[in-house]
Amino acid sequence: MASETGIGAAVKRKEDARFITGAGTYTDDVSVAGQAWAVFARSPHARAHIRGLDVAAAKAVPGVVAVFTGKDMQADGIGDLPCGWLVKSKDGSDMRQPPHPPLAVERVNYVGEPYAVVIGETLAAARDGAEAVAADFDELPAVVDLATAASAPQIHDAVPNNECYDWELGDEAAADAAFAKADHVTRLDIVNSRLIPNAIEPRAAVGEYDAAAGSYTLHTTSQNPHLERLVLAAFVNVAPEARLRVISPDVGGGFGSKIFVYAEETAVIWAAGKVRRPVKWRAERSESFLADAHGRDHVTHAELALAADGEFLGLRVKTKANMGAYLSTFASSVPTYLYGTLLAGQYKTPAIHVAVQSLFTNTAPVDAYRGAGRPEATFVVERIVETAARELGMDPADIRRRNFIQPEDFPYETPVALTYDVGDYEASLDKALAHADYAGFAERKAAAEAKGKRRGIGFSCYIEACGLAPSQVALSLGAGVGLFEAGEVRVDVTGSVTVVTGSHSHGQSHETTFAQIVSDKLGVPFENVTVLHGDTGRSDYALGTYGSRSLAVGGSAIVKAIDKIVAKGCKIAAHMLEANEEQVEFEDGQFKVADSNQSLTFAEVAFSAYVPNNYPLETLEPGLSEKAFYDPPNFTYPAGAHLCEVEVDQETGVVTIEQFVAVDDFGHVVNPMIVEGQVHGGLAQGIGQALLEHGVYDESGQLLSGSYMDYTMPRADDLPNFLVDTTTTPCTHNPLGVKGCGEAGAIGSTAAVINAVTDALGVASIPMPATPETVWRALKHASQA
Amino acid sequence: MYPFAYHRPSSLEEAAQLMVDADDGKYLAGGMTLIPTLKQRLASPSDVVDLAHVEELAGLNTTAGKVTVGAMTRHAEVAASTAIPALADLAGRIGDAHVRNRGTLGGSVANNDPAADYPAALVALDATVHTDRQRISAVEFFTGLFETALNEEEIVIAVEFPVPDAAAYEKFPNPASRYAVVGVMVARFGNSVRIGVTGAAGTVFRALALEEALAADFSPNAIDGVAIGHADFNSDLHASAEYRGHLVSVLAKRAVARIA
Repeated sequence: MASETGIGAAVKRKEDARFITGAGTYTDDVSVAGQAWAVFARSPHARAHIRGLDVAAAKAVPGVVAVFTGKDMQADGIGDLPCGWLVKSKDGSDMRQPPHPPLAVERVNYVGEPYAVVIGETLAAARDGAEAVAADFDELPAVVDLATAASAPQIHDAVPNNECYDWELGDEAAADAAFAKADHVTRLDIVNSRLIPNAIEPRAAVGEYDAAAGSYTLHTTSQNPHLERLVLAAFVNVAPEARLRVISPDVGGGFGSKIFVYAEETAVIWAAGKVRRPVKWRAERSESFLADAHGRDHVTHAELALAADGEFLGLRVKTKANMGAYLSTFASSVPTYLYGTLLAGQYKTPAIHVAVQSLFTNTAPVDAYRGAGRPEATFVVERIVETAARELGMDPADIRRRNFIQPEDFPYETPVALTYDVGDYEASLDKALAHADYAGFAERKAAAEAKGKRRGIGFSCYIEACGLAPSQVALSLGAGVGLFEAGEVRVDVTGSVTVVTGSHSHGQSHETTFAQIVSDKLGVPFENVTVLHGDTGRSDYALGTYGSRSLAVGGSAIVKAIDKIVAKGCKIAAHMLEANEEQVEFEDGQFKVADSNQSLTFAEVAFSAYVPNNYPLETLEPGLSEKAFYDPPNFTYPAGAHLCEVEVDQETGVVTIEQFVAVDDFGHVVNPMIVEGQVHGGLAQGIGQALLEHGVYDESGQLLSGSYMDYTMPRADDLPNFLVDTTTTPCTHNPLGVKGCGEAGAIGSTAAVINAVTDALGVASIPMPATPETVWRALKHASQA
Repeated sequence: MYPFAYHRPSSLEEAAQLMVDADDGKYLAGGMTLIPTLKQRLASPSDVVDLAHVEELAGLNTTAGKVTVGAMTRHAEVAASTAIPALADLAGRIGDAHVRNRGTLGGSVANNDPAADYPAALVALDATVHTDRQRISAVEFFTGLFETALNEEEIVIAVEFPVPDAAAYEKFPNPASRYAVVGVMVARFGNSVRIGVTGAAGTVFRALALEEALAADFSPNAIDGVAIGHADFNSDLHASAEYRGHLVSVLAKRAVARIA
């Protein structure tokens, strides 16, 4: 049904009224009678042996309820925080997973690692207590530099060379053969800088223990409450799954950082049981900088083999990936199955080999951050493709066209284990070139030069594998969980509809988008559809939101449930209208008998289902409420073309983005306004990495960029007005034909910006972020060369 | 935040007495530095003496050739003033709108953050700082990193700015904090030129070599070839000492170009 609130309509968000008026319910808005506060004592050292912890003084602080250390948690049977994805090294051995107790026991391994938690009557008392915990540290030399981590002091007893795994993908012999016959080889050394996620709402948790029932409730800022519950129950041993409820209410952004099961939330729910009263913790922003999982942080050498005409023959990539001090929940999968598998990009490169060595350092754990592996892959591919074009004197658009997988090639099996279902890469590139007036670039460059500025243009034709994930594929590659999604559609007696989804919205607007789908499919007014999420007590086991999966996987589960509703409705209508079931069709919110004028509204059928007077009770259960689980048969493959044009102030090195064009193929779009907003946010983060953001530790492992005084978040005045457009090749394997849009902006844009900056400067590469001083030095170096 | 006693005096005399009586008191002006410091438990004063209701500290008065700005005048009010456009421009580029509506001139100069904007204006405009005990020239007032000539209980009352023939402020903001990585105020009084540089070193300073070159030839080109020694300049994540030295020249040229 095409309507003002159905699929494809730019409906204003249901969520906005409460968010804009401050009426949302975030975890910090949850306060429970009798609640105490938790504050963590955190390591000031990057690496130290804990010789002793004296908590007597902390316990004596007025208002302190209890003080717990890592030993207390271990003594109570609380286990280590696990990593949920087992990656195997190329020699077949399992990755090395060092023990990760929620509170450090023998050693601390990064600045900010918690080693004790103090529970106080008030936040101030808990803080006073945390300051009074006396720790005797024997400081050890810290391992900070990723490039040399393999030969640095060994951090964990059972992890020689600090190596987590040495993984590979692709056919090395085929890649070597391609290089042997190449006319030209482009080589590039790439550092993919470390980022700190910075959701607007810091992490928080309220743990409750019901002594009468022996059950726990954890309110927390999680992107996936069921996963949180599963890990806390099955691995960490806090409570049995059936007696642990996790509620993730309104959440202010996640970008991946709220997927993971962290020490603090674990300690809070456990401590609630120990002190037999509710316990609340709310991260300070400085704690978020220190202890949220960071993102990216790769060092890579890449080589592209080409024929003289620009045809890609082979790609070889060697990457070192920083895991930080411990393996976070999905850390191992990010630089492997979410990275190596994307190195074909949009191209028919026939031979690809990638080797990834993951290493531990004395820094905060690194895990998935918006895009998770795919931005890193895109950066490698799109940087080296652009560099190759420059070396061969080819137009960067032409070299890409020369190598694009063509529409008739789909389904296309890449040399790195994925099968792309559909796409039209040239369509997106052509549209982007037209929007950017690519033909007029030379003129704009000349005009910039006339006023003493440098001007450059950069491309990025990215692809991502989203809609995570086909469970059997993921499980065969080491995932510890399936990756389907649950959806439930409950029709109320009066015909309004309640949707319960396992997806979690922390900015993605599910309450609007999913309501549009229901309104469209069932003909129910948009305002009569309510979407519930974020509560293990409400929805079936589900996997939550990350990897641009909510619509493609969670939305598909809802469509499956809707289909069941319609099928049952047809049976009810057939009975009521005394027709054969096969004759009843559902269209525009009406059950109609074919070739007749007989029909019933959706509300009439729903009412009959709950007030079963004229109803086939002998063959059909009453009620109209259906559940579905959806397991995707393949990943989805959003792809697009980003073009960035920059100007450089040669005196100061300041880069300004003059225009940014993003043309994305997300398949069908449910709400174009929401999609555009998602793209804008992603672009801001991708541009942020290229020009502004940087997580920096000094040689001793102290975080230098630990506040907004030094960590440069992108702001409105750092960004241009984006020109955002779409092309459409519908996904072939899900019922909505959708691909997902949440990560694309962050995946595609970084390479486009750096390609534009290096074009403007006439240099092969530049470190990220390309700050004014970095650019100024590059200009100085180039002029001296 | 650790607990402290909060006071809200209505006169200078009362404020000073509260400070004398306190074990370890702190004056609170706009609170743009003190409040975050307290919240992070980096300071633990016994008493906080809020100057917001001290009448003697309010007001912005323009007389012939002079602008006197009360210490509690908010940045936004200076930004909206017209007597010295370069001073208004500088104030309008401090922090963000929230900061400008809370932060005060007196608080900024008393704190003497090496990356604050106002010190550059005070030095370039040859301003005089009025306190409850003395009148002191800006160059003598700013003595070092977060250090001033103020004594323990002394309160800044106002800053008196001579109106220049022309002046301009050029700022290279820290991309994260928006404080000045380098800020250069150039002011011309007849044939003499004064330049105040903030952000580059441990405290604000006059760029004497540039002043001399510009006094001879007030044009951007006069700055070419004037060496800026950066040996004692700040170096951090955002800018090395060498780059800061380079920025001093670039910003001075740009400031001169705006008024030459």
